[in-house]
Amino acid sequence: MRTIRIGAGAGYSGDRIEPAVELAEKGKLDYLVFECLAERTIALAQAARLKDPSAGFDPLLEARMKAVLPACRANGVRIVTNMGAANPVSAARATTAIARQLGLRGLKIAAVTGDDVLGDLKNSDRHLDIGCTVEGLGNRIASANAYLGGASIAQALRDGADVVITGRAADPSLFLGPLIHEFDWAMDDWPLLGRGILVGHLLECAGQVTGGYFADPGYKDVKDLARLGFPIGEVREDGDLIVTKVAGSGGRVTAATVKEQLLYEIHDPARYFQPDVVADFSRVQVEEIGEDRVHVIGASGTPKTGELKVSVGYIDSYVGEGQISYAGPGAHERGRLAIEIVRERLALSGVETSELRSDLIGSNALHGENLSLGCQPYEVRVRVIGRTETLAEARRIGEEVETLYTNGPAGGGGAWKSAREVVAVASTLIPEADVRTAVQYFEA
Amino acid sequence: MKLRDIAHSRTGDKGNTSNVSVIAYDPSDYELLCAYVTTDRVKQLFDGIVNGEVTRYELPGIGALNFVMTEALGGGVTRSLAIDAHGKSLSSALLNMDLPDDLRSGSYE
Repeated sequence: MRTIRIGAGAGYSGDRIEPAVELAEKGKLDYLVFECLAERTIALAQAARLKDPSAGFDPLLEARMKAVLPACRANGVRIVTNMGAANPVSAARATTAIARQLGLRGLKIAAVTGDDVLGDLKNSDRHLDIGCTVEGLGNRIASANAYLGGASIAQALRDGADVVITGRAADPSLFLGPLIHEFDWAMDDWPLLGRGILVGHLLECAGQVTGGYFADPGYKDVKDLARLGFPIGEVREDGDLIVTKVAGSGGRVTAATVKEQLLYEIHDPARYFQPDVVADFSRVQVEEIGEDRVHVIGASGTPKTGELKVSVGYIDSYVGEGQISYAGPGAHERGRLAIEIVRERLALSGVETSELRSDLIGSNALHGENLSLGCQPYEVRVRVIGRTETLAEARRIGEEVETLYTNGPAGGGGAWKSAREVVAVASTLIPEADVRTAVQYFEA
Repeated sequence: MKLRDIAHSRTGDKGNTSNVSVIAYDPSDYELLCAYVTTDRVKQLFDGIVNGEVTRYELPGIGALNFVMTEALGGGVTRSLAIDAHGKSLSSALLNMDLPDDLRSGSYE
């Protein structure tokens, strides 16, 4: 039975680049996948595209492509990525230009489009999970993108693309696409597609399955996190998976690292909704079969729902924040007094907040009072943050923290303030048939 | 004894929902996890943080539980005012859960 090797070169847009180069050079890969699109990223990218029609793709696309394209070309490694963000076509053009600069003539680059459904959805009465309709967002709506499945990616690979660039696609689809193409999996073989989704799910966060987001000294030790190796999936035609990494790289692949990633961002493990299948991870088993080699079996799947999730970016509100520190005896009490003063000042000066939160960093900021009782720190950092309807009001919050320097408790230092617009994300579902995908090709 | 002594954990986020896994280091401790780390205890631990439902999913194949907690991330990762908007540190709070020292003898309630 045939096996292919897929590497994960990024787990988020700002991820390290060297591990991807290591994979391209030494991973003996068939595919290198970069997952770089968080929930909100595409809404911000859409705003960038509105200002400049050639912008709106991942800011690190050029650096990543320059770093990995030569080794990928030399070793016959094909790339799949969602770095197209709000503008896959421009991302493909930019990649084509880089390939030419690098002398990689003939490199074929594909852009998958169709995820952008803003035009169709803008005036729809479809309900969002925030309790209003899409239409109800009015001109606050910034983007609407459907999560695409693996079929268009497989199509691009079938047509000979060396690099496939998408916008919004379900993260595991980036891995499922190559599997559908290589092994000619039927799009209604639900157990097989479910196994393919597990491959993607375990690999998509890159270092999170090789020892990243895992170390806890004395309990779960991980060597050489500064040189963390990114994962490789050895996937057999029947969906059987071994997770491993480049020999000699940092980190580790163990049953424990794989189990943690298996449940990462999963709700009901028997029903993991994806565009192409409802994956079932409830009976998965993992076994260490060698150093940094873990065998994963038991995933399955049931028929897809026929609906695609759409994430809708919108301007939600403004947020203002201020921070200041207190130290030594009474630091905690002075921090509390500072918070009281800021709250009173905001009320006195008529700053309206729909939500106002105050934290004593170093004391109760992460998990509140209940879980923080009885711990008195040497220093605390006051943090006051609130949500407002206008940027001007948001600014007032940080200003009121700053004025504590000369008007607040003794010894306040290191004041800091910020105010920003909040682009938030809501979601809805649309029929798969309403989304029309297309693939465009470019050649270096 | 702390939960941290027998299990490890990872937090994930989707919108305003957080999921926290609890994975036995030794698969033979899975039954203990099932018996002691109940939905009610988790709900109680996260009182004031989680405002929605807590659902527990069981994965005997890997000796793990998965807690899914709604209304847990201050309105959602993209709009939360919390310093840890993703709730990534919730796993550490869960591992700090006290376990009875006689857990293995099964004499706890």
